[in-house]
Amino acid sequence: MADDVWQVAGRSFTSRLIVGTGKYKDFAQNAAAVEASGAEIVTVAVRRVNIADPKQPMLMDFIDPKKVTYLPNTAGCFTAEEAIRTLRLAREAGGWTLVKLEVLGEAKTLYPDMVETLRATEILAKEGFEPMVYCADDPIAAKRLEDLGAVAIMPLGAPIGSGLGLQNEVMIRIMVEQAKVPVLVDAGVGTASDAAVAMELGCTGVLMNTAIAEAKDPVLMARAMRLAVESGRLAYRAGRMGKRRYADPSSPLAGLI
Amino acid sequence: MVYDDTFSITVNGQHRRVPKGITIAELALELGLEPTRVAVERNFEIVPRSTLAEVKVDDGDDYEIVTFVGGG
Repeated sequence: MADDVWQVAGRSFTSRLIVGTGKYKDFAQNAAAVEASGAEIVTVAVRRVNIADPKQPMLMDFIDPKKVTYLPNTAGCFTAEEAIRTLRLAREAGGWTLVKLEVLGEAKTLYPDMVETLRATEILAKEGFEPMVYCADDPIAAKRLEDLGAVAIMPLGAPIGSGLGLQNEVMIRIMVEQAKVPVLVDAGVGTASDAAVAMELGCTGVLMNTAIAEAKDPVLMARAMRLAVESGRLAYRAGRMGKRRYADPSSPLAGLI
Repeated sequence: MVYDDTFSITVNGQHRRVPKGITIAELALELGLEPTRVAVERNFEIVPRSTLAEVKVDDGDDYEIVTFVGGG
């Protein structure tokens, strides 16, 4: 796969699987899952430090930001202003301009608010950020995001944390076809075959958290996802056979006894 | 108003008293935090990390101190 790198904001990556770092039993399990996934990018959240107990273990003690790219997110933000404030802090905490923007519309569906998302993307790009943007499966909004400076388009496959698999293959394929920046499915993957489906549609990559963290064996699922993303990518590159309505024998018809 | 050697500030929504004249880097250390792992917002303005050791805490300041945690 070494010859099949992808790029975002001028950086090259080999792994097409981005994993979250939430919902794990503990940091050790989280780190083991990241290792097994082969991910070169992990998403992280920005939160207040625990002043009451500052000696508690921290994510950075287990997942080294020098070895794995931290992609700070804006999870929990419902307005452009909240998201921008969060990412300004993230840039200061880490020194990174590559960030994941998500502006949510409401808590039940965690569906993106595209008006706020577009507004935040424009401001962030002007401030020098390189936002990878969680968005609706809307090819028109995706084009607008790209025009405003999104460095990657990340449509949901299904609601965040639902594990329902891709509900919108047609729209995601259209988004992939038209985009000039990477398109990654972000959210909705439940199991390995879902990740493979996303990659077979031609997506640049897949971002997931819950599908790994809430598996009975997260480290084993992380490995399954790594292989699914790789095999889906290979299948996309190989070009699948055409579909037929009826059977077509694989053994020669000539020479039958 | 209390006239003593401390300032009254707010950190992550909690009231605290800190010695007059300390810098933000010193505040972080007093809180048990590693200044290189956090980002600081003072009265809604980012304080660049390179200046944490220079900027002095002022009476009534409101700080948000954040770091990276697990998230999806």
